[in-house]
Amino acid sequence: MSCLETIQDYALRSIGIGERLLPKGDYTLCEHFTLIGSGMIWNIYFGVMALGFGFFFAVALAVGKASNNRWIRKPAEWFIFIFRGSPLFIQFFFAYFLFLSLKQVHPVFDPFTAAWLGALIVLFMNTAAYSGEIFYGALRSIPKGDNEAADAYGLTGWMRFRRIQFPTMMRLAWPAYTNEAIFLFHATTLVFFSAFPAWRQKGDALYYASYFADKTFNPFIPYPILAFYFILLTLVIVGLFGLVNKRLNRHLPQERRSKMRFRPNIIR
Amino acid sequence: MFSYCTDPSQLEGLTWLSCYLTTGKHAGLYVSVFTVLLLLAVTAPTALVFGFAGASAARSRIAPLRWLGKSYTAIVRGVPDIAFFLFFVIALDQGFEWLRHQVKCPDWTDPIRQGNDFVVCDAAKLPLSTAPQWIHESYAFVLAVLTFAIVFGAFAANVLYGGMRAVPRAQLETAEAYGMTPRQTFWRILVPQMWIYALPGLSNLWMVLIKATPLLFLLGIEDIVYWARELGGTKNAKFTDYPHGDWRIWYFLFLLVFYLAFTRVSEIVLERLTVRLSRGQATAAGEKLRKEVQA
Repeated sequence: MSCLETIQDYALRSIGIGERLLPKGDYTLCEHFTLIGSGMIWNIYFGVMALGFGFFFAVALAVGKASNNRWIRKPAEWFIFIFRGSPLFIQFFFAYFLFLSLKQVHPVFDPFTAAWLGALIVLFMNTAAYSGEIFYGALRSIPKGDNEAADAYGLTGWMRFRRIQFPTMMRLAWPAYTNEAIFLFHATTLVFFSAFPAWRQKGDALYYASYFADKTFNPFIPYPILAFYFILLTLVIVGLFGLVNKRLNRHLPQERRSKMRFRPNIIR
Repeated sequence: MFSYCTDPSQLEGLTWLSCYLTTGKHAGLYVSVFTVLLLLAVTAPTALVFGFAGASAARSRIAPLRWLGKSYTAIVRGVPDIAFFLFFVIALDQGFEWLRHQVKCPDWTDPIRQGNDFVVCDAAKLPLSTAPQWIHESYAFVLAVLTFAIVFGAFAANVLYGGMRAVPRAQLETAEAYGMTPRQTFWRILVPQMWIYALPGLSNLWMVLIKATPLLFLLGIEDIVYWARELGGTKNAKFTDYPHGDWRIWYFLFLLVFYLAFTRVSEIVLERLTVRLSRGQATAAGEKLRKEVQA
Protein backbone atom coordinates (compact mmCIF):
# COMPACT_ATOMS: atom_id res chain seq x y z
CA MET A 1 0.00 0.00 0.00
CA SER A 2 1.42 3.33 -1.02
CA CYS A 3 1.80 6.21 1.36
CA LEU A 4 -0.86 8.23 -0.44
CA GLU A 5 -3.44 5.49 0.15
CA THR A 6 -2.46 5.35 3.81
CA ILE A 7 -3.00 9.07 4.09
CA GLN A 8 -6.40 8.75 2.43
CA ASP A 9 -7.39 5.96 4.78
CA TYR A 10 -6.07 7.29 8.04
CA ALA A 11 -5.60 11.07 7.85
CA LEU A 12 -9.04 11.65 9.37
CA ARG A 13 -9.21 8.38 11.30
CA SER A 14 -9.28 10.14 14.67
CA ILE A 15 -12.64 11.72 13.89
CA GLY A 16 -14.07 8.54 12.44
CA ILE A 17 -13.65 9.16 8.70
CA GLY A 18 -11.83 6.56 6.65
CA GLU A 19 -10.71 3.03 7.42
CA ARG A 20 -12.37 1.61 10.54
CA LEU A 21 -9.67 -0.88 11.52
CA LEU A 22 -6.29 0.39 12.56
CA PRO A 23 -3.32 -0.92 10.56
CA LYS A 24 -2.02 -4.32 11.56
CA GLY A 25 1.26 -6.19 11.49
CA ASP A 26 4.36 -4.41 10.28
CA TYR A 27 3.82 -0.71 10.63
CA THR A 28 5.39 1.58 8.08
CA LEU A 29 6.82 4.97 8.92
CA CYS A 30 4.06 6.48 6.79
CA GLU A 31 1.38 4.85 8.95
CA HIS A 32 3.07 6.19 12.07
CA PHE A 33 3.16 9.73 10.69
CA THR A 34 -0.38 9.70 9.32
CA LEU A 35 -2.13 8.24 12.32
CA ILE A 36 -0.29 10.29 14.93
CA GLY A 37 -0.87 13.38 12.80
CA SER A 38 -4.53 12.47 12.58
CA GLY A 39 -4.66 12.36 16.36
CA MET A 40 -3.32 15.92 16.47
CA ILE A 41 -6.78 17.03 15.29
CA TRP A 42 -8.07 16.29 18.77
CA ASN A 43 -5.21 18.07 20.50
CA ILE A 44 -5.79 21.15 18.38
CA TYR A 45 -9.56 20.96 18.89
CA PHE A 46 -9.24 20.76 22.69
CA GLY A 47 -6.54 23.41 22.84
CA VAL A 48 -8.23 25.97 20.58
CA MET A 49 -11.69 25.57 22.09
CA ALA A 50 -10.49 25.65 25.71
CA LEU A 51 -8.27 28.68 25.08
CA GLY A 52 -10.96 30.49 23.11
CA PHE A 53 -13.69 30.11 25.72
CA GLY A 54 -11.29 30.14 28.65
CA PHE A 55 -9.92 33.55 27.74
CA PHE A 56 -13.16 35.38 28.57
CA PHE A 57 -13.70 33.44 31.77
CA ALA A 58 -10.08 34.12 32.76
CA VAL A 59 -10.55 37.87 32.34
CA ALA A 60 -13.68 37.67 34.47
CA LEU A 61 -11.82 35.68 37.13
CA ALA A 62 -8.94 38.15 37.18
CA VAL A 63 -11.28 41.10 37.61
CA GLY A 64 -13.20 39.14 40.23
CA LYS A 65 -10.05 38.32 42.19
CA ALA A 66 -9.02 41.98 42.11
CA SER A 67 -12.46 43.10 43.26
CA ASN A 68 -12.98 44.88 46.58
CA ASN A 69 -16.25 43.07 47.17
CA ARG A 70 -15.46 39.91 49.10
CA TRP A 71 -18.54 38.10 47.73
CA ILE A 72 -16.98 38.34 44.30
CA ARG A 73 -13.35 38.03 45.36
CA LYS A 74 -13.65 34.88 47.47
CA PRO A 75 -15.33 32.65 44.85
CA ALA A 76 -12.79 33.75 42.24
CA GLU A 77 -9.90 33.05 44.63
CA TRP A 78 -11.25 29.62 45.50
CA PHE A 79 -11.90 28.69 41.90
CA ILE A 80 -8.33 29.59 40.96
CA PHE A 81 -6.91 27.81 44.00
CA ILE A 82 -8.83 24.59 43.37
CA PHE A 83 -7.93 24.30 39.73
CA ARG A 84 -4.31 25.40 40.12
CA GLY A 85 -3.74 23.43 43.30
CA SER A 86 -4.83 20.00 42.15
CA PRO A 87 -3.49 17.76 39.38
CA LEU A 88 -5.26 18.01 36.04
CA PHE A 89 -5.16 14.23 35.85
CA ILE A 90 -7.27 13.92 39.01
CA GLN A 91 -9.58 16.67 37.76
CA PHE A 92 -10.25 14.62 34.64
CA PHE A 93 -11.05 11.52 36.66
CA PHE A 94 -13.25 13.39 39.10
CA ALA A 95 -15.16 15.17 36.33
CA TYR A 96 -15.69 11.95 34.41
CA PHE A 97 -17.16 10.12 37.39
CA LEU A 98 -19.18 13.18 38.31
CA PHE A 99 -20.72 13.29 34.83
CA LEU A 100 -21.24 9.54 35.00
CA SER A 101 -23.33 9.92 38.16
CA LEU A 102 -25.21 12.90 36.74
CA LYS A 103 -26.03 10.83 33.68
CA GLN A 104 -28.06 8.52 35.87
CA VAL A 105 -30.06 11.47 37.14
CA HIS A 106 -30.95 12.87 33.74
CA PRO A 107 -30.08 11.84 30.16
CA VAL A 108 -29.27 15.50 29.41
CA PHE A 109 -25.80 14.75 30.80
CA ASP A 110 -25.19 12.01 28.25
CA PRO A 111 -22.74 13.93 26.02
CA PHE A 112 -20.76 15.10 29.06
CA THR A 113 -19.28 11.64 29.56
CA ALA A 114 -17.76 11.81 26.08
CA ALA A 115 -14.33 13.36 25.77
CA TRP A 116 -15.30 16.04 23.24
CA LEU A 117 -17.50 17.83 25.77
CA GLY A 118 -16.60 16.51 29.23
CA ALA A 119 -12.84 16.82 28.87
CA LEU A 120 -13.26 20.16 27.11
CA ILE A 121 -15.10 21.55 30.13
CA VAL A 122 -12.31 20.44 32.47
CA LEU A 123 -9.64 21.94 30.21
CA PHE A 124 -11.67 25.13 29.88
CA MET A 125 -11.93 25.57 33.66
CA ASN A 126 -8.30 24.61 34.14
CA THR A 127 -6.91 27.08 31.63
CA ALA A 128 -9.30 29.77 32.87
CA ALA A 129 -7.87 29.35 36.37
CA TYR A 130 -4.23 29.45 35.26
CA SER A 131 -4.74 32.37 32.85
CA GLY A 132 -6.93 34.12 35.43
CA GLU A 133 -4.00 34.11 37.83
CA ILE A 134 -1.70 35.46 35.10
CA PHE A 135 -4.17 38.22 34.19
CA TYR A 136 -4.69 39.03 37.86
CA GLY A 137 -0.95 39.50 38.30
CA ALA A 138 -0.88 41.75 35.23
CA LEU A 139 -3.88 43.73 36.46
CA ARG A 140 -2.03 44.48 39.68
CA SER A 141 1.10 45.58 37.82
CA ILE A 142 -0.68 48.20 35.72
CA PRO A 143 1.31 51.43 36.23
CA LYS A 144 -0.32 53.68 38.81
CA GLY A 145 -0.15 56.57 36.36
CA ASP A 146 -2.45 54.81 33.90
CA ASN A 147 -5.24 54.58 36.46
CA GLU A 148 -4.66 58.16 37.57
CA ALA A 149 -4.86 59.30 33.96
CA ALA A 150 -8.17 57.45 33.66
CA ASP A 151 -9.41 59.25 36.76
CA ALA A 152 -8.27 62.59 35.37
CA TYR A 153 -10.25 61.99 32.19
CA GLY A 154 -13.29 61.06 34.24
CA LEU A 155 -13.39 57.50 32.95
CA THR A 156 -15.21 55.12 35.26
CA GLY A 157 -16.62 51.63 35.30
CA TRP A 158 -16.77 49.73 32.05
CA MET A 159 -15.16 52.45 29.92
CA ARG A 160 -12.21 52.69 32.27
CA PHE A 161 -11.72 48.95 32.13
CA ARG A 162 -12.23 48.66 28.40
CA ARG A 163 -10.05 51.62 27.38
CA ILE A 164 -7.32 51.74 30.02
CA GLN A 165 -6.96 48.64 32.15
CA PHE A 166 -7.75 45.84 29.73
CA PRO A 167 -5.23 46.78 26.99
CA THR A 168 -2.39 47.24 29.47
CA MET A 169 -3.31 44.05 31.31
CA MET A 170 -3.16 42.13 28.04
CA ARG A 171 0.14 43.71 27.07
CA LEU A 172 1.76 42.83 30.38
CA ALA A 173 0.30 39.34 30.56
CA TRP A 174 0.87 38.27 26.98
CA PRO A 175 4.29 36.56 27.26
CA ALA A 176 3.13 34.52 30.25
CA TYR A 177 -0.16 33.79 28.51
CA THR A 178 1.72 32.44 25.51
CA ASN A 179 3.49 30.08 27.85
CA GLU A 180 0.16 28.99 29.31
CA ALA A 181 -1.21 28.33 25.83
CA ILE A 182 1.72 26.05 25.04
CA PHE A 183 1.16 24.12 28.26
CA LEU A 184 -2.53 23.82 27.62
CA PHE A 185 -1.83 22.13 24.31
CA HIS A 186 0.52 19.78 26.11
CA ALA A 187 -2.13 19.07 28.71
CA THR A 188 -4.58 17.97 26.03
CA THR A 189 -2.57 14.76 25.66
CA LEU A 190 -3.83 13.64 29.07
CA VAL A 191 -7.48 13.43 28.01
CA PHE A 192 -7.52 9.89 26.67
CA PHE A 193 -5.19 8.62 29.39
CA SER A 194 -7.56 9.61 32.15
CA ALA A 195 -10.99 8.09 32.45
CA PHE A 196 -12.47 9.47 29.23
CA PRO A 197 -12.83 6.59 26.76
CA ALA A 198 -11.46 6.78 23.23
CA TRP A 199 -14.60 5.55 21.53
CA ARG A 200 -13.87 3.25 18.54
CA GLN A 201 -10.17 4.01 18.96
CA LYS A 202 -10.70 7.61 18.04
CA GLY A 203 -7.98 9.19 20.13
CA ASP A 204 -5.46 11.98 20.17
CA ALA A 205 -1.84 11.97 19.02
CA LEU A 206 -0.43 10.46 22.20
CA TYR A 207 -3.12 7.80 22.18
CA TYR A 208 -1.95 6.59 18.77
CA ALA A 209 1.73 7.00 19.66
CA SER A 210 1.33 4.78 22.70
CA TYR A 211 -0.77 2.40 20.62
CA PHE A 212 2.16 1.95 18.25
CA ALA A 213 4.65 1.70 21.11
CA ASP A 214 2.56 -0.99 22.78
CA LYS A 215 2.18 -2.99 19.58
CA THR A 216 5.75 -2.77 18.31
CA PHE A 217 7.40 -2.53 21.73
CA ASN A 218 9.64 0.07 20.13
CA PRO A 219 9.28 3.54 21.66
CA PHE A 220 12.00 5.06 19.52
CA ILE A 221 9.80 5.69 16.47
CA PRO A 222 6.31 6.84 17.57
CA TYR A 223 7.38 9.17 20.40
CA PRO A 224 9.92 11.18 18.38
CA ILE A 225 7.23 11.59 15.70
CA LEU A 226 4.86 12.87 18.38
CA ALA A 227 7.60 15.20 19.63
CA PHE A 228 8.09 16.46 16.07
CA TYR A 229 4.39 17.32 15.74
CA PHE A 230 4.31 19.04 19.10
CA ILE A 231 7.42 21.10 18.46
CA LEU A 232 5.83 22.18 15.20
CA LEU A 233 2.62 23.09 17.04
CA THR A 234 4.59 25.00 19.68
CA LEU A 235 6.36 27.01 16.97
CA VAL A 236 3.01 27.86 15.35
CA ILE A 237 1.60 29.00 18.72
CA VAL A 238 4.65 31.12 19.45
CA GLY A 239 4.38 32.64 15.97
CA LEU A 240 0.67 33.45 16.23
CA PHE A 241 0.92 34.82 19.74
CA GLY A 242 3.95 36.83 18.66
CA LEU A 243 1.79 38.56 16.02
CA VAL A 244 -0.78 39.47 18.66
CA ASN A 245 2.00 40.68 20.93
CA LYS A 246 3.24 42.94 18.16
CA ARG A 247 -0.21 44.44 17.78
CA LEU A 248 -0.63 44.91 21.51
CA ASN A 249 2.63 46.84 21.66
CA ARG A 250 2.23 48.82 18.45
CA HIS A 251 1.73 52.19 20.16
CA LEU A 252 4.96 52.00 22.15
CA PRO A 253 8.25 53.48 20.95
CA GLN A 254 10.39 50.86 19.25
CA GLU A 255 12.90 50.30 22.03
CA ARG A 256 10.29 49.99 24.77
CA ARG A 257 8.33 47.26 23.05
CA SER A 258 8.55 44.10 25.07
CA LYS A 259 10.22 41.52 22.91
CA MET A 260 8.39 38.27 22.57
CA ARG A 261 10.45 35.69 24.40
CA PHE A 262 11.12 32.85 22.04
CA ARG A 263 12.44 30.84 24.96
CA PRO A 264 9.27 30.47 26.99
CA ASN A 265 9.42 29.27 30.59
CA ILE A 266 9.20 25.56 30.89
CA ILE A 267 7.06 25.58 33.99
CA ARG A 268 3.38 26.25 33.94
CA MET B 1 -10.15 -4.85 62.06
CA PHE B 2 -12.44 -4.00 64.96
CA SER B 3 -14.14 -6.76 66.93
CA TYR B 4 -17.63 -5.67 65.90
CA CYS B 5 -16.77 -6.03 62.20
CA THR B 6 -17.40 -9.77 61.99
CA ASP B 7 -20.80 -9.40 60.35
CA PRO B 8 -20.85 -6.17 58.29
CA SER B 9 -24.38 -6.74 56.95
CA GLN B 10 -25.75 -6.07 60.45
CA LEU B 11 -23.93 -2.77 60.81
CA GLU B 12 -25.11 0.71 59.92
CA GLY B 13 -23.89 4.27 59.60
CA LEU B 14 -20.56 5.22 61.10
CA THR B 15 -19.77 1.79 62.52
CA TRP B 16 -20.22 0.31 59.06
CA LEU B 17 -18.01 3.01 57.60
CA SER B 18 -15.30 2.45 60.20
CA CYS B 19 -15.26 -1.24 59.32
CA TYR B 20 -15.40 -0.51 55.59
CA LEU B 21 -12.48 1.90 55.66
CA THR B 22 -10.25 -0.53 57.56
CA THR B 23 -10.56 -3.55 55.26
CA GLY B 24 -7.39 -5.14 53.91
CA LYS B 25 -7.96 -3.61 50.48
CA HIS B 26 -8.14 -0.12 51.90
CA ALA B 27 -4.77 -0.71 53.49
CA GLY B 28 -3.51 -0.81 49.89
CA LEU B 29 -4.84 2.71 49.37
CA TYR B 30 -3.18 4.00 52.52
CA VAL B 31 0.11 2.34 51.64
CA SER B 32 -0.02 3.88 48.18
CA VAL B 33 -0.20 7.35 49.75
CA PHE B 34 3.21 6.53 51.15
CA THR B 35 4.29 5.35 47.71
CA VAL B 36 3.53 8.85 46.44
CA LEU B 37 5.38 10.48 49.34
CA LEU B 38 8.30 8.11 48.85
CA LEU B 39 8.40 8.97 45.16
CA LEU B 40 8.51 12.67 46.00
CA ALA B 41 11.16 12.15 48.67
CA VAL B 42 13.38 10.17 46.31
CA THR B 43 12.69 12.06 43.10
CA ALA B 44 13.18 15.60 44.36
CA PRO B 45 16.85 15.19 45.37
CA THR B 46 17.60 12.97 42.37
CA ALA B 47 16.09 15.53 40.01
CA LEU B 48 18.09 18.25 41.76
CA VAL B 49 21.29 16.28 41.16
CA PHE B 50 20.37 15.81 37.50
CA GLY B 51 19.48 19.49 37.30
CA PHE B 52 22.68 20.59 38.97
CA ALA B 53 24.73 18.47 36.59
CA GLY B 54 22.76 19.81 33.63
CA ALA B 55 23.12 23.43 34.70
CA SER B 56 26.85 23.05 35.40
CA ALA B 57 27.30 21.38 32.02
CA ALA B 58 25.42 24.21 30.31
CA ARG B 59 27.90 26.70 31.87
CA SER B 60 30.94 24.63 31.01
CA ARG B 61 33.81 26.02 28.98
CA ILE B 62 34.12 22.75 27.10
CA ALA B 63 31.90 23.08 24.05
CA PRO B 64 30.53 19.50 23.71
CA LEU B 65 29.66 19.42 27.41
CA ARG B 66 27.91 22.77 27.04
CA TRP B 67 25.91 21.53 24.07
CA LEU B 68 24.95 18.44 26.02
CA GLY B 69 23.73 20.52 28.96
CA LYS B 70 21.88 22.98 26.77
CA SER B 71 20.15 20.37 24.66
CA TYR B 72 19.14 18.46 27.81
CA THR B 73 17.38 21.55 29.16
CA ALA B 74 15.98 22.52 25.78
CA ILE B 75 14.50 19.15 24.97
CA VAL B 76 11.70 19.26 27.52
CA ARG B 77 10.28 22.42 26.02
CA GLY B 78 7.83 21.90 23.24
CA VAL B 79 6.98 18.29 24.05
CA PRO B 80 4.32 17.19 26.59
CA ASP B 81 5.91 15.71 29.72
CA ILE B 82 3.53 12.77 29.71
CA ALA B 83 5.02 11.71 26.37
CA PHE B 84 8.42 11.64 28.06
CA PHE B 85 7.05 9.53 30.87
CA LEU B 86 5.59 6.97 28.50
CA PHE B 87 8.74 7.02 26.39
CA PHE B 88 11.38 6.73 29.09
CA VAL B 89 9.75 3.89 30.96
CA ILE B 90 10.03 1.60 27.94
CA ALA B 91 13.25 3.11 26.63
CA LEU B 92 15.09 2.80 29.96
CA ASP B 93 13.89 -0.76 30.44
CA GLN B 94 15.05 -1.76 26.98
CA GLY B 95 18.30 0.14 27.42
CA PHE B 96 19.15 -1.71 30.63
CA GLU B 97 18.23 -5.07 29.14
CA TRP B 98 20.29 -4.36 26.06
CA LEU B 99 23.34 -3.44 28.15
CA ARG B 100 23.03 -6.57 30.28
CA HIS B 101 22.53 -8.59 27.13
CA GLN B 102 25.80 -7.29 25.69
CA VAL B 103 27.65 -8.19 28.89
CA LYS B 104 26.03 -11.50 29.82
CA CYS B 105 25.44 -13.15 26.45
CA PRO B 106 28.23 -12.05 24.11
CA ASP B 107 27.85 -15.13 21.86
CA TRP B 108 24.14 -14.51 21.11
CA THR B 109 23.68 -14.22 17.36
CA ASP B 110 19.95 -13.57 16.84
CA PRO B 111 18.92 -9.96 16.30
CA ILE B 112 17.43 -8.27 19.36
CA ARG B 113 14.56 -6.65 17.49
CA GLN B 114 12.63 -9.40 15.72
CA GLY B 115 9.71 -7.71 14.00
CA ASN B 116 7.53 -6.44 16.80
CA ASP B 117 9.43 -8.21 19.57
CA PHE B 118 12.32 -7.20 21.72
CA VAL B 119 14.27 -10.36 22.52
CA VAL B 120 17.22 -10.61 24.87
CA CYS B 121 18.67 -13.75 26.39
CA ASP B 122 17.04 -15.03 29.62
CA ALA B 123 19.98 -14.09 31.81
CA ALA B 124 19.69 -10.47 30.69
CA LYS B 125 16.01 -10.07 31.52
CA LEU B 126 15.26 -7.38 34.08
CA PRO B 127 14.08 -8.38 36.55
CA LEU B 128 14.84 -12.09 36.13
CA SER B 129 11.73 -14.12 35.45
CA THR B 130 12.49 -16.18 38.56
CA ALA B 131 12.64 -13.11 40.79
CA PRO B 132 9.96 -12.75 43.48
CA GLN B 133 7.04 -10.39 43.03
CA TRP B 134 8.39 -7.59 45.21
CA ILE B 135 11.49 -7.29 43.01
CA HIS B 136 9.28 -6.82 39.97
CA GLU B 137 7.33 -4.12 41.78
CA SER B 138 10.37 -2.27 43.06
CA TYR B 139 12.02 -2.45 39.65
CA ALA B 140 8.95 -0.74 38.17
CA PHE B 141 9.17 1.86 40.92
CA VAL B 142 12.88 2.50 40.32
CA LEU B 143 12.17 2.95 36.61
CA ALA B 144 9.43 5.44 37.47
CA VAL B 145 11.74 7.37 39.79
CA LEU B 146 14.44 7.53 37.12
CA THR B 147 11.92 8.71 34.54
CA PHE B 148 10.62 11.43 36.85
CA ALA B 149 14.18 12.44 37.72
CA ILE B 150 15.22 12.74 34.08
CA VAL B 151 12.22 14.86 33.11
CA PHE B 152 12.20 17.04 36.22
CA GLY B 153 15.99 17.21 36.17
CA ALA B 154 15.71 19.05 32.88
CA PHE B 155 13.24 21.49 34.44
CA ALA B 156 15.53 21.90 37.46
CA ALA B 157 18.57 22.42 35.25
CA ASN B 158 16.80 25.32 33.58
CA VAL B 159 15.92 26.88 36.92
CA LEU B 160 19.39 26.40 38.42
CA TYR B 161 21.02 27.75 35.27
CA GLY B 162 18.94 30.90 35.66
CA GLY B 163 19.86 31.03 39.34
CA MET B 164 23.56 30.79 38.56
CA ARG B 165 23.32 33.58 36.03
CA ALA B 166 21.45 35.79 38.49
CA VAL B 167 24.26 35.85 41.04
CA PRO B 168 25.72 39.37 40.78
CA ARG B 169 28.78 39.47 38.58
CA ALA B 170 30.61 41.60 41.16
CA GLN B 171 30.55 38.70 43.63
CA LEU B 172 32.44 36.49 41.21
CA GLU B 173 34.83 39.28 40.30
CA THR B 174 35.63 39.78 43.97
CA ALA B 175 36.38 36.08 44.28
CA GLU B 176 38.73 36.32 41.32
CA ALA B 177 40.37 39.38 42.82
CA TYR B 178 41.09 37.34 45.95
CA GLY B 179 42.89 34.87 43.72
CA MET B 180 40.37 32.03 43.80
CA THR B 181 40.54 29.45 41.05
CA PRO B 182 37.43 28.98 38.85
CA ARG B 183 36.65 25.81 40.79
CA GLN B 184 36.86 27.61 44.13
CA THR B 185 34.78 30.49 42.81
CA PHE B 186 32.13 28.05 41.67
CA TRP B 187 31.86 26.05 44.90
CA ARG B 188 32.51 28.78 47.47
CA ILE B 189 30.84 31.83 45.95
CA LEU B 190 28.44 30.87 43.20
CA VAL B 191 26.78 27.75 44.61
CA PRO B 192 25.98 29.10 48.10
CA GLN B 193 24.46 32.24 46.61
CA MET B 194 22.48 30.83 43.71
CA TRP B 195 19.81 29.09 45.81
CA ILE B 196 17.91 32.24 46.76
CA TYR B 197 17.66 33.19 43.09
CA ALA B 198 16.66 29.68 42.10
CA LEU B 199 14.16 29.22 44.93
CA PRO B 200 11.06 30.75 43.28
CA GLY B 201 11.61 28.49 40.27
CA LEU B 202 12.35 25.48 42.43
CA SER B 203 9.25 25.96 44.55
CA ASN B 204 7.22 26.21 41.39
CA LEU B 205 8.88 23.02 40.24
CA TRP B 206 8.01 21.28 43.50
CA MET B 207 4.36 22.19 42.96
CA VAL B 208 4.51 20.82 39.42
CA LEU B 209 6.18 17.68 40.73
CA ILE B 210 3.44 17.13 43.31
CA LYS B 211 0.85 17.53 40.61
CA ALA B 212 2.67 15.07 38.36
CA THR B 213 2.63 12.23 40.90
CA PRO B 214 -0.75 10.82 39.82
CA LEU B 215 0.91 10.05 36.49
CA LEU B 216 2.60 7.15 38.29
CA PHE B 217 -0.60 5.34 37.47
CA LEU B 218 0.28 5.50 33.78
CA LEU B 219 3.68 3.97 34.49
CA GLY B 220 2.04 0.84 35.83
CA ILE B 221 2.49 1.47 39.55
CA GLU B 222 -0.34 0.62 41.93
CA ASP B 223 -0.66 4.18 43.19
CA ILE B 224 -3.55 6.10 44.71
CA VAL B 225 -5.29 6.57 41.37
CA TYR B 226 -5.21 2.81 40.80
CA TRP B 227 -6.65 2.09 44.25
CA ALA B 228 -9.29 4.82 43.98
CA ARG B 229 -10.56 3.27 40.75
CA GLU B 230 -10.32 -0.23 42.17
CA LEU B 231 -12.04 0.43 45.49
CA GLY B 232 -14.60 2.91 44.20
CA GLY B 233 -16.09 0.67 41.52
CA THR B 234 -19.45 -0.98 42.09
CA LYS B 235 -19.16 -3.86 44.55
CA ASN B 236 -21.59 -6.75 44.33
CA ALA B 237 -22.88 -8.35 47.51
CA LYS B 238 -21.86 -11.72 46.10
CA PHE B 239 -18.14 -10.98 46.20
CA THR B 240 -17.71 -8.69 49.17
CA ASP B 241 -19.08 -8.15 52.63
CA TYR B 242 -19.33 -4.43 51.92
CA PRO B 243 -21.51 -4.01 48.82
CA HIS B 244 -21.91 -0.47 47.46
CA GLY B 245 -22.67 1.37 44.24
CA ASP B 246 -20.27 3.34 42.07
CA TRP B 247 -18.37 5.43 44.61
CA ARG B 248 -15.44 6.40 42.43
CA ILE B 249 -16.54 10.03 42.43
CA TRP B 250 -16.10 10.14 46.24
CA TYR B 251 -12.72 8.50 46.09
CA PHE B 252 -11.51 11.00 43.52
CA LEU B 253 -13.01 13.84 45.52
CA PHE B 254 -10.86 12.62 48.40
CA LEU B 255 -7.78 12.61 46.14
CA LEU B 256 -8.61 16.13 44.97
CA VAL B 257 -8.79 17.36 48.55
CA PHE B 258 -5.62 15.44 49.44
CA TYR B 259 -3.66 17.16 46.68
CA LEU B 260 -5.12 20.58 47.48
CA ALA B 261 -4.09 20.22 51.11
CA PHE B 262 -0.66 19.00 50.08
CA THR B 263 -0.01 21.97 47.78
CA ARG B 264 -1.29 24.41 50.40
CA VAL B 265 1.03 23.01 53.08
CA SER B 266 3.94 23.09 50.61
CA GLU B 267 3.19 26.70 49.79
CA ILE B 268 3.36 27.70 53.45
CA VAL B 269 6.58 25.76 54.07
CA LEU B 270 8.26 27.17 50.97
CA GLU B 271 7.29 30.70 51.96
CA ARG B 272 9.07 30.22 55.29
CA LEU B 273 12.07 28.72 53.55
CA THR B 274 12.30 31.77 51.29
CA VAL B 275 12.46 34.04 54.31
CA ARG B 276 15.10 31.81 55.91
CA LEU B 277 17.28 31.75 52.80
CA SER B 278 16.99 35.50 52.26
CA ARG B 279 19.01 36.12 55.43
CA GLY B 280 22.24 37.93 54.62
CA GLN B 281 21.58 38.00 50.88
CA ALA B 282 22.13 41.04 48.70
CA THR B 283 18.46 41.06 47.63
CA ALA B 284 15.52 43.26 48.54
CA ALA B 285 14.11 40.59 50.85
CA GLY B 286 17.48 40.14 52.53
CA GLU B 287 17.85 43.88 52.99
CA LYS B 288 14.42 44.04 54.60
CA LEU B 289 15.36 41.32 57.08
CA ARG B 290 18.57 43.15 57.95
CA LYS B 291 16.67 46.37 58.67
CA GLU B 292 14.15 44.50 60.83
CA VAL B 293 16.94 43.09 62.97
CA GLN B 294 18.53 46.52 63.39
CA ALA B 295 15.30 48.25 64.32
